[in-house]
Amino acid sequence: MSATISEKIFSARCAQDVRAGDVMMAPVDAAMIHDITGPLAIDKFVEMGGTTVFDPAKVILLFDHQVPADSIPAAKNHVMMRRFADDQGILNYDVHEGVCHQVAVEKGRVLPGDIVVGSDSHTCTYGAVGAFATGIGSTDMGFALRFGALYFRIPESIRADVSGAFAPRVGAKDLVLSIIGDLGADGATYKAVEFTGSAIEGMDIPGRMTCCNMAIEMGGKAGIVPPDATTRAYLAAIGARTTREEDLTPDDDATYAAWKDYDVTDLAPQVAVPHNVDNVVDVTEVAGTPVNQVFIGSCTNGRYEDFVEAAEVLKDGCFSPDIRVIIVPSSRTEYLKTLRAGLLERFVEAGAIVEGPSCGPCMGGAFGLLAPGEVSLSTSNRNFRGRQGSTEAEVYLCSPATAAASAMSGVITDPREVA
Amino acid sequence: MRVWKFGDDIDTDAIIPGRFLIIYDPAELATHAFEGTRDDFAREARKGDIIVGGKNFGCGSSREHAPLALKGAGITVVVARSFARIFYRNCINTGVLPVICPNADTIGEGDTVEIFPDEGYLTANGIRHDIEPVPPFMRKIIAAGGLVEYAHIIKELELCTK
Repeated sequence: MSATISEKIFSARCAQDVRAGDVMMAPVDAAMIHDITGPLAIDKFVEMGGTTVFDPAKVILLFDHQVPADSIPAAKNHVMMRRFADDQGILNYDVHEGVCHQVAVEKGRVLPGDIVVGSDSHTCTYGAVGAFATGIGSTDMGFALRFGALYFRIPESIRADVSGAFAPRVGAKDLVLSIIGDLGADGATYKAVEFTGSAIEGMDIPGRMTCCNMAIEMGGKAGIVPPDATTRAYLAAIGARTTREEDLTPDDDATYAAWKDYDVTDLAPQVAVPHNVDNVVDVTEVAGTPVNQVFIGSCTNGRYEDFVEAAEVLKDGCFSPDIRVIIVPSSRTEYLKTLRAGLLERFVEAGAIVEGPSCGPCMGGAFGLLAPGEVSLSTSNRNFRGRQGSTEAEVYLCSPATAAASAMSGVITDPREVA
Repeated sequence: MRVWKFGDDIDTDAIIPGRFLIIYDPAELATHAFEGTRDDFAREARKGDIIVGGKNFGCGSSREHAPLALKGAGITVVVARSFARIFYRNCINTGVLPVICPNADTIGEGDTVEIFPDEGYLTANGIRHDIEPVPPFMRKIIAAGGLVEYAHIIKELELCTK
């Protein structure tokens, strides 16, 4: 029978024909916890009578939201999680390794065909390597840690079939913002978004991570790209091996809740305007808007390739001295790649602040908060009111290229206009 | 039940801002609920009040702190035209009843609301509105008293049963 990727993954892992709408107690292949939602998940695990986790090798544990600890309560949460990792024999990536979604993928902890849960809404990022991955709350996570399984309602899917070639300075972030603008912030609620088509096939894993990362911003339960030669090459390069042989290519005649065709050929750089992620416009519509802070980083756009894009726009120029430019690589690996390529030196020279791998200002937790009336331009994933500090501040979302061009001028700038 | 009325796309950052996620106690979280968005809520919300929102209520983060903050404020029912997925599930798991009511927008602040989940309707100022039934497997969790309690009554985990 014809099936979507989600139906194929659950059918394979449950060894029976599973269809959208079915509710299954299904096994999980990996469970990710971090410093914000992890402590409560551990509490719930204990409240459920848990003494040993289902499989220590399948638990991904790290700290990324408040690193290094920015308060005594945060430090105590870290201690509690370190103790849990020690007691349970879980590998702890601790504060130095980076953002959960980046780390889980680059360490080969999530693989094609896996069912993965994470107590963070952007867990859907792992769909970039063909995993069915979804964000859950701490009580659900407590259950998953205890039993190695969780209830899933197998989602209907939306097919986003993308063709065409990107113009220079336009890329994955612009595509996913435009799709969110089209579908709306709740356009994919309870559904999996499948990204397919020639433009996705031509996209590298970092670009696919950017797309899948923001599936939750359409309400999606998961975002998935069918694993292909690019996926296999990426996994081989990081030394990860998958033993699964299932064909996870979705069938064109599978039952879809919606099938959307997109062509990126004429796509302009996109900006999500405060305070909703689906308030998406061409950059030309908001060009000239003054900004106080530019943030390039987060699980959406904090990878080496993003910094290359920003550096190509920057060239030998300078960032505007009137604004703060905050650069945060999403992991130690990405930090080192960017450092060794000389890009971090270039950014600092141009006037940026470079921080160690973390979520940075994205969640408004550790640093880089905004005062009332201030404007942030950010490569992260959410522009909710109050997200990066004051509820009277504004957050605009964009690509690394648009962020770099704007950081140079101090106003929102079309990166295509920077020679 | 006294109604606190909210609009569309109320996100989890509005319900509980990121800087308070180091807190896990529902009562303490409640003192920061809707801080900066609707400051009278934390001061004046009382046990038995309900929240009525528009579409996509609870969008955004997986933070369970959001329903916990509402629970700490005495809110045990949230009515909305539609819910974001993770928030909906977190409500069930933590013992806050999420009620999907297509006519939620017609309910106003100050209306008197009564909910009849088993019968599939609510009344607002005496006017009856249909509500969507809670999916069967979630009813089992609610009936158990939440997912923690449900975990205790599972004798053996039956994998992959529909």
